[in-house]
Amino acid sequence: MGKRIEYQLTGSGGQGLITAGIILAEAAILDGNNAIQSQSYGPEARGGASKAEVVISKDVIDYPKTISPDYILCLTDEAYEKYGKENHKNGIIMVDQSVSIEDNSNGVIKAPILSTASEQLKPIVANIIALGFIASYSNVVTKDSLLRALMDRVPKGTEEMNQKALDLGYQLAEDALNAK
Amino acid sequence: MEKNKMRLVQGNEACVMGALYAGMRFYAGYPITPSSEIAEESSIQLPKVGGKFIQMEDEIASMAAAIGASLAGKKAMTATSGPGFSLKQENIGFACMAEVPVVIVNVMRMGPSTGLPTSPAQGDIMQARWGTHGDHPIIVITPTSVKEMYEFTIRAFNLAEKYRTPVILLADEVIAHMREGVEIRTDIEVIDRAKPTPGEPYLPYQLKEGDIVPPLASFGDGYRFHVTGLSHGENGFPTNSVEINNALIRRLNSKITDHLDDIVEVEEGYTSDAEFLILSIGSTARAAKSVVNTLREQGIKIGYFIPKTVWPFPEKELKECFKTVKKVIVPEMNMGQIALEVERVAAGQAEVHRLNKVTGELFTVAEINDGVMAVINK
Repeated sequence: MGKRIEYQLTGSGGQGLITAGIILAEAAILDGNNAIQSQSYGPEARGGASKAEVVISKDVIDYPKTISPDYILCLTDEAYEKYGKENHKNGIIMVDQSVSIEDNSNGVIKAPILSTASEQLKPIVANIIALGFIASYSNVVTKDSLLRALMDRVPKGTEEMNQKALDLGYQLAEDALNAK
Repeated sequence: MEKNKMRLVQGNEACVMGALYAGMRFYAGYPITPSSEIAEESSIQLPKVGGKFIQMEDEIASMAAAIGASLAGKKAMTATSGPGFSLKQENIGFACMAEVPVVIVNVMRMGPSTGLPTSPAQGDIMQARWGTHGDHPIIVITPTSVKEMYEFTIRAFNLAEKYRTPVILLADEVIAHMREGVEIRTDIEVIDRAKPTPGEPYLPYQLKEGDIVPPLASFGDGYRFHVTGLSHGENGFPTNSVEINNALIRRLNSKITDHLDDIVEVEEGYTSDAEFLILSIGSTARAAKSVVNTLREQGIKIGYFIPKTVWPFPEKELKECFKTVKKVIVPEMNMGQIALEVERVAAGQAEVHRLNKVTGELFTVAEINDGVMAVINK
């Protein structure tokens, strides 16, 4: 990995995407790379569309925010409208299956993140499934580091469920890549 | 597995880590975004090291409490944002006059007034210098990274202790809230205030030959002395003497201006042959650096100048740049504050071009690039 890789994780406030962004950045640091995580605050943090940003690079990172995101994950319609659409030409857009997009031909990748969480585990780990999905698909951080960063962040007693969630995310990414 | 000692840390969190390393044992504040994590983290960490955390009724009282704790011998800090910084000004002036070491963190958000909470801005640069009245000395330092949030907080305490003065750590929302990989250094020198020599007569404002400031006794150590915001003599009691007042105001200012080489810190890049210069602080400086690095690759003779001490303004260092620099671009997330200082120092030797953004968002790299190219091509 030479150049900087940029992520935007978007959804609604409370979905845990900031936590997912922090874990992704921590994994990058454990791998020995540089990483910066930031987020949008304000009214957005209390419901509505929320955005976590992660920049990863081997080189020193001067500008701390995303310039032209390589991967944009949108878990809700509102997040897609606000953050996904405008970035269509620049990066890979990934949306939850439930998100309605008018134009399916533009390389938008769909994955059943929210339904997998609620059907196979709990809705609360949708962010970790999303993390596994985007990390696996983009292949920038190692799974070892990601798992280690995840275990450092999650509450005691939830390790197993979170690890399962991460694995499910990796599986969804594999499915998506196979479907291409 | 341990590939390096880097940790992902938030800017505000790094500030508290630095404060604790420097010996902070007292925090009084009134939480306000985007500085709230500093209060939160202090409230968690201080009790663990025998320190005290107090959430006061407002910012005025929290500034007063921090000053009181410092006079009782504890290293003290408070943190706030624009609206709270306004309220603290009266007591900051008191600390300047009474020469009380204390650290004030102001994480800038969009103003005026309550403005845009949690949106980045750099509108408090002049307030940090002249927010309180009178010809007071002040030191204001400006971090550009999480690493600097940690190290500059230590520096803020060191400067406060060394020069018996309030020191303002002037950050912006971007630097305070972002998380970045940082190696937490544990080899940084910690400076403690000079104390009176036991057994010797003590006057709290008597400067001894060779000292930078008079030693500061702690209330509770057995010294009886007076502290006031009124003009005072060596014994600390108010006076109307014109000679004493003249000497006091000159000493208060010269204790800073006589030590600029110790206090002023600047980061420069490519300035030795630069024809163009971007001068900026905080998160804006990171965007500027990125632009300079790209333009240098294209062969444009441009450099960057980042005051890490914004007050006193790095006049000597900037003047040096004008040997080659013909045009300076000053991007700021305000309507033009540092630009005023740059214009003063340039004094016609170079063109000064302003680039202002007041949307409550960080500059994009493209915005600075376009602004700079417009000036270069003019």
